[in-house]
Amino acid sequence: MRMLPVLTRLAWRYLWRNHRRTIIMLSAISIGAWAMMFMTALSRGMVDQMILDGISVLPGHVQVHNPQYLDDPSVSNRILLGENELADRFASLGFKAWASRVKVPAVISSEYESRGVTLLGIDPMAEREFSFVSYDEVEGRFLESAEDTGIVIGRKLADKLDTELGKRVVLMSQDPENEIADRGFRVVGLFTANMPAFEETFVFISRKAAQKMLRIGDATIEVVFLGDDYRDVEPTYERVVAAVDGTLKVSRWHEIDTYLGTMLKVMDGFVLVWVVVIFLALSFGLVNTLVMAVFERVREIGLMLALGMKPASILGQIIIESMLLLAVGLAIGDALTYATVQPLQDGIDVSVVAEGMNMWGAPSVLYPKLYLYDVVLANVVVLILGFLASLSPAWRASRYEPVEAITKVG
Amino acid sequence: MNIVLRLAWRNLWRQPRRTWLTTGAMVFSNVLLVFMISIQFGMYGLMIDNTLQIFTGHMQVQAKGFKDDQKMRQTVPDVIPLASRLREEFQTETIAARGMAFGLASSEKRSFGIGIYGVEPQFEPRVSSIPGLISDGRYLLDDDAAEIVIGSVLARNLRTSKGNELTLLGSGKDGSFAAAVVTIIGIFESGVPDIDRNIAHIPLRLFQDVFYMDGSGHQVVVMTSSLGDAERLHPDISAALPVDEDLVVHDWDALQPGLKQAIQADMSSAFFMYGILVILVAFSVLNTQLMSVLERTHEFGIVMSLGLKPGRLGRLVMLETAMMGAMGMILGAVLGAIFTYWFTVNGLSIPGMEEMAAMFNLPARIYPQVTVLSTITGPSVVFLFTLLAAVYPALRLHRLHPVEAMRVN
Repeated sequence: MRMLPVLTRLAWRYLWRNHRRTIIMLSAISIGAWAMMFMTALSRGMVDQMILDGISVLPGHVQVHNPQYLDDPSVSNRILLGENELADRFASLGFKAWASRVKVPAVISSEYESRGVTLLGIDPMAEREFSFVSYDEVEGRFLESAEDTGIVIGRKLADKLDTELGKRVVLMSQDPENEIADRGFRVVGLFTANMPAFEETFVFISRKAAQKMLRIGDATIEVVFLGDDYRDVEPTYERVVAAVDGTLKVSRWHEIDTYLGTMLKVMDGFVLVWVVVIFLALSFGLVNTLVMAVFERVREIGLMLALGMKPASILGQIIIESMLLLAVGLAIGDALTYATVQPLQDGIDVSVVAEGMNMWGAPSVLYPKLYLYDVVLANVVVLILGFLASLSPAWRASRYEPVEAITKVG
Repeated sequence: MNIVLRLAWRNLWRQPRRTWLTTGAMVFSNVLLVFMISIQFGMYGLMIDNTLQIFTGHMQVQAKGFKDDQKMRQTVPDVIPLASRLREEFQTETIAARGMAFGLASSEKRSFGIGIYGVEPQFEPRVSSIPGLISDGRYLLDDDAAEIVIGSVLARNLRTSKGNELTLLGSGKDGSFAAAVVTIIGIFESGVPDIDRNIAHIPLRLFQDVFYMDGSGHQVVVMTSSLGDAERLHPDISAALPVDEDLVVHDWDALQPGLKQAIQADMSSAFFMYGILVILVAFSVLNTQLMSVLERTHEFGIVMSLGLKPGRLGRLVMLETAMMGAMGMILGAVLGAIFTYWFTVNGLSIPGMEEMAAMFNLPARIYPQVTVLSTITGPSVVFLFTLLAAVYPALRLHRLHPVEAMRVN
């Protein structure tokens, strides 16, 4: 350990002896590191946005249903607790937000057209946190209370139905006895959404109106909760579980939307694979550089050994050389990443392939997200694997027989 | 063997370890490229085929505007005679007429909104894979029987099964109330939940009666043997349409713009990754060749003072690189093909990817196809960049002064 400062200094000077080689290697490491982190930031940004959008449409972080509902999404499988009972149980528990809603499949018809939609009967005040619709940007107005008698539909859906603000549409679904439940509503608002598909899929009416139409008294279909972080929903989950009895089913968002849940897991795996692949491509050059660096100074190493330097110090010196090379390369790569991600914070417009991105469930504007975790992961993986890769050349260097090495013609 | 060739070959093996390491970088990247490109293009092909077979076919004749608005009254008049005339004119069976409406389907216990397709029972199996996916019962046979085929998820959601009746409610072409009672005679299972939940087929003539279509429909679906054939056939079909109606022919990429764009989006991210790999290999080669030039400064000085032109030395260096590159290319392509072929036989499935695969109508297990193109593309690009990387070391030789060079070392 005493030797460390000396060895480091030696290693540093050796690096710059052949500055061309070092610069080429540094460029390769920096570009590799940049590619690792930049690509990761793009993918993370995409998945984050997908999940945020996804959570904002439906699940919240935790949901409560009738246990049969997930298998059989029908109004027959509703939550029989009334509004007051729900409020008694949940209002005092201090969730970031919670709301109860009616959610059933329905058919909407104008005088010309019919479409299948998901009908949401909501309390607009409680849903503000969950909704993908920004209330203020709605053309016309959004629902104003849980008793509102109007309907708010997506812009795209309005086009397809040939309807507009102020016109009437009919919603059709079933009541618990499977009698057709239908009712006319006046279109009071048209919303737009990040994901065009949402504009065609969801229609909003007030919770009271939905309960009346479906003839379910003051029962609801689902209760949704928002915690602090979508990656860690356990605290919220446990609090909700504690507050309901066994007659209701509590689910986390990734159990409801398995596609998004899988996406998140696949992404974590992808980041690691990508980092390792890039490193492997780099490692050939790294080992090559070290082998050359050792080879061209065999005589010096022999001399040092003959003068009494310990083989361990030679080993240490080569490894330090490799670590220095990687560290400087990584530092440049980190800086490059920051410099390229920062100007892109406002989003990269990929709307030329918007419909394709939407097929993935991804938005048409990408916001790269550079997580400290990913930066650390890339740096640490490179340093650790780099250390392992340099062991072999370093080991060989330290095993030279001094006399042979000195007399070697090079 | 030519003397220059022999010289170059021997020079390579002066430092066998370095040569192998550099070649190793190429082989690594090449194997990866062959594997990924094989999977990628195999997947694109499957995505296109599966999607087109389930819904859209290669081409569709529609009323102008129907593609975007899908309104009931944007119809193709006399759709059944039109389809049969096209079949005759183009000597093919893979053309079929369809109608399409949204409606509420009610069983005894449940009601759901679905897409109802009116199809020609004898010809639909030629243009769509759904008739072949029946898991219970049979597909439609009769032209106007009150029968329906639904997806397995829908059957479960409706809590009904084969043999039971369904009530369909919707609005007709003129906006009037449309209703029918049909018997479920078959249940299909495509494995894609969205399709199994949302789609039902009824005979086209029944569809026309129920929805007051007056002999019209919404699409004539054309399937061809390949994407290329579809492109060639497009103008002929356009020309064969009745002139006085407002009809258009749409290609698959117009009908499924998302599909093509998803492929483009995926390709651009893949090319970014490939590009990075290739660049890293190029750096590795640049490093190696620069070193090998620098350490031979002394000997280059000698041969130059003996009268060898720098240009020839430069070509020597390029030749060495080309040899190394060729080794990397051949080894990489062969190993890559073998590696990929193993998955062609055994299939590749990534745990947890099933849901993602289903989004794109892909099976959970993928069998990449090793083709000449997928084997050669990646390695050739790597080879090209390898040569490019050697240009700088080769050009440096022109700056070499024989006498000074000889003094080095």
